[in-house]
Amino acid sequence: MNSHRRQAIERGAGGAPLCAVADVRDFAPPRRRSIARRKATDLVVKGFSWIGASVGIAVMAFIVWEVVVRGAAALNVAFFTQPTPMDVTTNAGGFANAILGTIVITGVAALIAIPMGFMGGVYLAEFGRNGRIATGVRMIANVVMGVPSIIVGVFAFATIVKPVHHYSGFAGSVALAFIMLPVMARTTEDILNLVPNELRESGLAMGAPRWKVTLGVVCKAARGGLITGASLAIVRVAGETAPLLFTVLSSPYWMTGLFGPGGFFGGPVANLTKTIYDFSSSPYPHWQELAWAGALVIIIAVLGMNILVRLIFQRGKK
Amino acid sequence: MSTVEFDAPTSPSAPRGAAQAAPRGHRLRLGDPIFRVVATACGLALAAAMFGLAGVLIYNSWPAISGLGTSVLTTVAWSPVDHQYGALAALAGTFLSTLVAMVIAVPLALVIALLLVELVHPAVAHVVGTAIEMLAAIPSIIFGMVGIFVIVPFIQDKFMPWLMGTPLGNLPGIKPGEQFQGGGVSIFTAGVVLAFMVLPYITAVSRDVLRMVPQVTKEAGYGMGSTTWEVMHKISLRYANSGIVGAVFIGLGRALGETMAVAFLIGSVYTSIPHSLFDPGTSIASLIANTFSEATDKIQVSALIELGLILFLITVVFQILAQVWLRRVQRATGGRA
Amino acid sequence: MKTTSRSWRLLLLATAVLAIAALGVAGCGGSGTTDAGGVPAPAISGFTPQPMAADTILGAGASFPAPLYMKWGSDYNGVSGVKLNYQSIGSGGGIAAIEAKTVDFGASDAPLEQAELEANGLAQFPMVVGGVVLVVNLDGVADGQLKLTSDLLAGIYMGTITTWNDPAIAKVNPGVTLPATKIYVVHRSDGSGTTWILTHYLTDAAGSVWTAGADKEIAWPVGVGGKGNEGVAASVQQLSGSIGYVEYAYAKQTGMTTAQLQNKDGQWVKPSIASFSSAASNADWKASLPSMYMVLVNQPGADSWPITGASFILMQKDQADAARGKAALEFFNWGYTNGADAATALDYVPIPADVYKLAQDQVWPTITVSGTPVWP
Repeated sequence: MNSHRRQAIERGAGGAPLCAVADVRDFAPPRRRSIARRKATDLVVKGFSWIGASVGIAVMAFIVWEVVVRGAAALNVAFFTQPTPMDVTTNAGGFANAILGTIVITGVAALIAIPMGFMGGVYLAEFGRNGRIATGVRMIANVVMGVPSIIVGVFAFATIVKPVHHYSGFAGSVALAFIMLPVMARTTEDILNLVPNELRESGLAMGAPRWKVTLGVVCKAARGGLITGASLAIVRVAGETAPLLFTVLSSPYWMTGLFGPGGFFGGPVANLTKTIYDFSSSPYPHWQELAWAGALVIIIAVLGMNILVRLIFQRGKK
Repeated sequence: MSTVEFDAPTSPSAPRGAAQAAPRGHRLRLGDPIFRVVATACGLALAAAMFGLAGVLIYNSWPAISGLGTSVLTTVAWSPVDHQYGALAALAGTFLSTLVAMVIAVPLALVIALLLVELVHPAVAHVVGTAIEMLAAIPSIIFGMVGIFVIVPFIQDKFMPWLMGTPLGNLPGIKPGEQFQGGGVSIFTAGVVLAFMVLPYITAVSRDVLRMVPQVTKEAGYGMGSTTWEVMHKISLRYANSGIVGAVFIGLGRALGETMAVAFLIGSVYTSIPHSLFDPGTSIASLIANTFSEATDKIQVSALIELGLILFLITVVFQILAQVWLRRVQRATGGRA
Repeated sequence: MKTTSRSWRLLLLATAVLAIAALGVAGCGGSGTTDAGGVPAPAISGFTPQPMAADTILGAGASFPAPLYMKWGSDYNGVSGVKLNYQSIGSGGGIAAIEAKTVDFGASDAPLEQAELEANGLAQFPMVVGGVVLVVNLDGVADGQLKLTSDLLAGIYMGTITTWNDPAIAKVNPGVTLPATKIYVVHRSDGSGTTWILTHYLTDAAGSVWTAGADKEIAWPVGVGGKGNEGVAASVQQLSGSIGYVEYAYAKQTGMTTAQLQNKDGQWVKPSIASFSSAASNADWKASLPSMYMVLVNQPGADSWPITGASFILMQKDQADAARGKAALEFFNWGYTNGADAATALDYVPIPADVYKLAQDQVWPTITVSGTPVWP
C-alpha cells in the first residue's frame, strides 16, 4: 500500500478490516509495468510453486524409495524372529527383540502419557478454557512440544537412571511419555473444542453429571479425532532415538520379564531405533542391511499408521 | 449461530453452556469434583513437567555456570582433555546449519503453501499437503541414514568437485576452510537434510495461515485484475505476515534441536568454527549426543547439561515468539489459529 | 445410526493392536536365548523368577575389542546360558559407566593409572591384545600396498601433509599410483582408547612432528569424527580419498585397505596376529602390577606391529551384588581359558596363561563383597 495514501481503515470487532485493504490506485493501469510483465512474473512464481511442490514430494518419495529398496533385501522371516546378532562374522540375526522392545517401551509410554494427556486436554477444553491458569498451561504445553528430544533424554537420565545406577526400559518410557504428554493434551483440547456446545448443554440439561457429559457425550462425539491424535502421538515417539540414548541403551537379547538385569525396569532393553543407529553406523554390510530393514519397518509403521488413521477417521473432513 | 454461546465465562470455573440443572439432595455427587480435580491435576502436571525439566537442567548445570562462567560461550574449543569447555564451535555450527536449512526451507515452504492454497483443486491440495506432511512423520534417524549413505557420497564425489570448478567455489563462506574434508560431512549437508525435516512444519502452518485470509479480500483483488502472485504478494502475505514469521520460528525451533540426522552428517569437529559451509563442524545437540555418555569429569557433565539448558532456553524463546506472532494473525483475521 | 460402521472400524483397529501386543508378549515369553549362530540354547522363560546366579552381565566401553567380546558373549551364552550385553560406546564411555556403577564392567583400551583406580575404587586387568591399523579409501591401491612412516602418519593427522601425491609419501611408495587429491582425515568423535593408543604411538615415534598430545580425546588439528571404531570404518568406507584408524578386526572383517607401517626396528610390517604377538611379547606384566597399566606401542622386534595395544577390563572393587560380580569373572575366566580360538580367528592376541594367572591371583581377589572375594 502506498504510504502516502494512508487512510483510516474501518475496522470491525476483533480488528479485521471491513473493506479491502489494498488501494485501488495500486492496481490502476501502471505506467511503468506492463501487463505482460506482470503476467510473466505471475507465471514464473507459479512455475516455482510447481517446482517447489515437486521437489518436496520428490524428496519424500526418494527417502521412502531408498529405504524400501535397501531395506526390502534384508526383510525376511529371520528378521522378525531372530534377535540382534552379536557375531560380526556370520550373516545371521534379525531385529525381532528390538521390535518387541520398541513396542513395549512405546506402549508403556502411551499408558503413562495418554490418560494424563487426555485429562489435561479435558482440563484445557472444559474447565480451564480461557482462564489465566489454563492459558499458561496451554502456552507451556506448546513450548514443551518444541523442546529437543535429546534434552528430554538428559532429563530422564538425571532423574531416573543416575539415582538408581542402571539403565532401564522404564526410563526410556518416561522420556517418551514426557514428549507425548503435551502433544496429547493439545490435540485433545483442539478436538474437544470442535465439539459444538449444544451437545454439552443437552447432556447437562438432562441432569447428567459433568463427568458423564464430558466422557460419555463429548468424547464419544470426538472419538475419531481423539483416536487419531493418540495414534499419531504414539507413532511419533516410536521413531525417536535421542531420548533413548542415555536411558535405555540397548541389548541383543529378548527382554526377560519386569525386574532383574534383563527386565523392563532393571536393565537395558533392545529397541529398534537405537539398534538401527548402532547398526547403520557400523561398517559391516550385513548389519547395514539389517539397519535398512529396520528403517523400512519403522517407515511402514509410521506412514502406514498416519495414512490409516486419516483414512478411517477423517473421511469427509478437510 | 442459532444458539447463545457463553464464549467468555464469568469465571474460569463456570460450566459451559447451561447451568447445572441437577436435582439436589439424594445423590452423593462425588463424580464431578473428582473428575474436576483429576483434570486440573493433569493440566497442572503439564506445567510441572516443564518446570521440573528446567529445574533439573539448571540444578545440574550450576557447577559449570558458576565454575566456568561465560567461558563456555566465548571459548571456541571443546576439549575435555585440556579441561576446555568452550561451546562457541557448537553454537556456530548450530547457527550455520540452521541458517542453511532455513534458507532452503522457507522459500520452498512458501511456494508450496501458495500452490496448496491458490493454485490447485482442494482435493489435489489435500493429497499434496498430506504427502508433504508425511515428511514430518519420518523419524530423523532415517534422514540421517539416507544422508550418510546417499547424500554424503554424492556431495563429496560429484557435487563438490563441480562446485569448486565454478566461480562460486571461490566465494567467502563457500571456499573451503582449513578444516575442509571433502564437504561430504559438513554444515551444508546437515543443513540440506535439516531443511527437508523442517519443511513440512513451515508448509503446514503457512498453508493454514494463508487459508485464513478472508476470501472476500482476495476476490476483491482478483476482481480488479490482479494476477495470482499479486494477490498473494500484496494481500495474502500482508495478512499472513505474522503467521509466516510464526511458522518460521517453529521451523527454527525444530532445526535447532535436531539431533540424530545432524550427528550423522555434520562431521563432529569440536575445536574450530567452520569458515565455510562445506567445512565440518558440530552442533549443540550432536555434541551432547556424542559425548554425554563418556563424560567422567563432573565439570564436563555439568558443562554439557549447561549446553542443554542453553538449547532449551533458545527453543523456549523461539516457541514463545512463534506463539506471539501466530496470535497476531488471529487478531488480524478475526479467526482462530 | 451412522456411527455403527465407525464402531466396526474401531473394533477392527483395536483387535489389530491387541493381536500385535499378544504376539509380542508371546514372543517375549516363549523364545529363549537363541544365539545368533543358531546354536540352540536352554530356553529361559520370561516369567519364571530369576535364579540366584545372575544370568545377565552388563558391560560397556571400548569398541576396540567389541567384535571379540560380542563373539565371546554369543559363544558363552551357548555354553552356559548366561547373557552378555556389551554396549560398544567407546573407552571413555566405559570408564564413565563403571565409575557411575551403571554396568557390571567397563572396557577401556586406555588403561587407568593407579591413582585414578584407587580414587574410584576400581580393579583393572588386561583381557586381550589387538592392533590399530590405518585404513584408506583409495582407488588403485591394494590392501597392504601403501607404506607410511610414523612421520608421514603424524604429518597427515597434523594437517601438514594434505595431498596423497605429496612427495614425502611418494618417496616411500615407489610404483604406487597416488592421486593428486586431498587426504580426508577421519578420527574419533568420542573418547577412545584406540585414539589413546594411536596418539601414544605418534608421540613416541614421531614426537618432532606430532604435537597434539596423547589421550583418549585430543584437540584434533584436522579431520572429521566418527563414533566408535564402527563409525570411523563406516566413514572411511563412505568418503573416497580418506584415511582412518581402526582396530584390525574392523578392517579385516570389512575387507578395507590397510597400510604398512615402519616399526621401531625400521622394518616394514603388515598388520597380522603374528606382528601383534611380536609386539605384545615385550610386555613386562609383572612390573605393571597392581594397576596392570601397559603401553605396547612402538615395541622393538623385527616383526612387531608398531601400534599394538592391550584392552582392559575395569570392575568395581566393592561389588554390590556378589552373584553378578561372580558371573562377570566367570565369563572372563572362560574368555581366558576357552576364548583363544575365537580371538585368533578375529586377529586378536589372547592373553597368555602366565599373564592371566597373574591377573587372577593378584587383581581378582581385590574384587569383593563385604571383604570376601567373589571369585573363585
